[in-house]
Order: sequence, then C-alpha cells, then structure tokens
Amino acid sequence: MTEFTATVTVRLKRGVLDPEAETTKQALERLGFELSALRSADRFELDLEAEDAAAAEARAEEMAERLLANPTIHDYDVAVSER
Amino acid sequence: MTVSVVQFGGSNCDRDAVRALRHLGIDAERVWHEDGLPAEPDGIVLPGGFSYGDYLRAGAMAARAPVMEEVREAAESGVPVLGVCNGAQIGSESGLTPGAFTTNASARFQCEPVHLRVERADTPWTAAYDEGDTIEVPIAHGEGRFEIEADAHDELVAENRVLFRYCDETGAVTDAANPNGSTDNVAGVLGERETVAVLMPHPERATLPDVATSTDGAGMLEAFA
Repeated sequence: MTEFTATVTVRLKRGVLDPEAETTKQALERLGFELSALRSADRFELDLEAEDAAAAEARAEEMAERLLANPTIHDYDVAVSER
Repeated sequence: MTVSVVQFGGSNCDRDAVRALRHLGIDAERVWHEDGLPAEPDGIVLPGGFSYGDYLRAGAMAARAPVMEEVREAAESGVPVLGVCNGAQIGSESGLTPGAFTTNASARFQCEPVHLRVERADTPWTAAYDEGDTIEVPIAHGEGRFEIEADAHDELVAENRVLFRYCDETGAVTDAANPNGSTDNVAGVLGERETVAVLMPHPERATLPDVATSTDGAGMLEAFA
C-alpha cells in the first residue's frame, strides 16, 4: 500500500450563477482592485492509502460523486500525488 | 395517523411543524434521527432548520444520515413525505426529489412572505386548493434558489411535477416575484410519487391563526389527515 493525497476540486458548472463569487468580486472592486471575473471552488485534500494511484483516484472520485459534489450543479476533478 | 417529524442536529422548525399539525387535529411527534422511524410510519416531515450547520451544502450531511434510508423506503412504499426548507434541501440532496437548492441570487438570507401559485390541485398536498390559486406563505432561507439541469427541467415540466411557483399577489409568475432566482420560479416539486413533495416556503408558519398573518399553508399539512 502506498500513501497518496487525492485533491478533489469542486466547482459550479459553467453557467450556474455564483452569487458568493460575485459578492467577493464586488468587495475586491470596492478595495480598488481591477478584475474582470472571479470564480470560486472548493478544494478537498484527502490523505489515503491505496494499492496504486488509479485506486486512490477511483476512491476519491466515488467520494466526490456521493458527497463532495452535487452533480446537479457541480463539476469536479481529482488529482492524485504520492505522499 | 401519527406524523413523524424527523429532528436532526440543527433542525429548528420541528416543534413548529408538530404544533401546526396538532392544531389541525393531526397527531404528530418529533423523532430524533438516531432513534429511527417507527416500524410503520404514517407520514414523515423533514423540517426546516440548519442541520449540521449547513456544512458542505445545506442539507448535505442530513441527507446521508442513516435515517434517510428509512425515509426513502417509506417514500417508495407510498408513505407521505413532506420536506420544508432545510427539509427540502435534504430531500433534494438525498435524491428524493429532483434538482438542487443553492445560494439565493441576492446572496442574502431572505425572510419574508411570498405568494405561490398552486400548479396542481390533484395531489395530497394541494387537495385543499384549486389549480391556479394564489396562496401566501413565508420563506426564510439563504439557499433556496432552485437549480436543475436543462434536460431534467424539461422532464420535470413534462411530467407535471412542479407543485408551486413563486408569483405576485395576482398569481402572475414573474421575475420580480421570484425571491431567490429559482429556475422557472419553482418553489416546490414532487418526487417520483405524488406522495413525496418538497418546498422552500414554510406551510407550518402559515397555519396557526394566532401567530401567522396567513393560514394558507394549512392545506398542505392536511395531506396527513
């Protein structure tokens, strides 16, 4: 078994309104910053042991499917690295 | 008939639901989620609140609590299940009903009376109304914007499973009357069975004449009578 860190990034699907990101963008603009868009995402770092990177990735994907992301509104991606 | 009002950590409308149901002469009791449902539940309310502090997403944690397996089995066997506000979020997160409830377009918590158009009167939840009726029921949520994928929305409409839409006091479904940016002004939907429904507005807060400005919500709770 090898120790991995699987990083799951969950973000809203393109086209789904993100009022929190818009509010954050406006706050940055009030501070005097210039920017044309802001997107936010949730990032989960999962430390786990698995046979290989593919097994670690598969487990992290199942976690994303079943809890970390809501497939109605979210896309997600998984990146695995050895720890 | 005893309605089980499922209480999760952070539920806060469970007492209100019990009181509103009893006011209508319907026996109801709170059920702590860890204790599980009675062997043969007669009816189930998933009440409002902030279960598990809305961690991850509103309703996400409660939707995966073991009691929800029992709720799903009961729903599939025809037991009436009503999800209100956080209960609606739990219902959609658990897959009992389609779509998702997420951050209001205003990015604000909104606590105000709204008008709903009754889109169907041939369900247990709306038998007290006529199709097209306008009723007044309050909302109190920060994450009530109904989102659904385009094809799933088409299916929802084709299957006539939209129960309520936000409207103005004349019954017109307009953008201005949409409090939270919900897709297609959807305020409440049916599950696969008509005996399963969720909505963001609070019928239990529009039932008791002594404390509510409207008692229009009582009709929904009468489904359990």
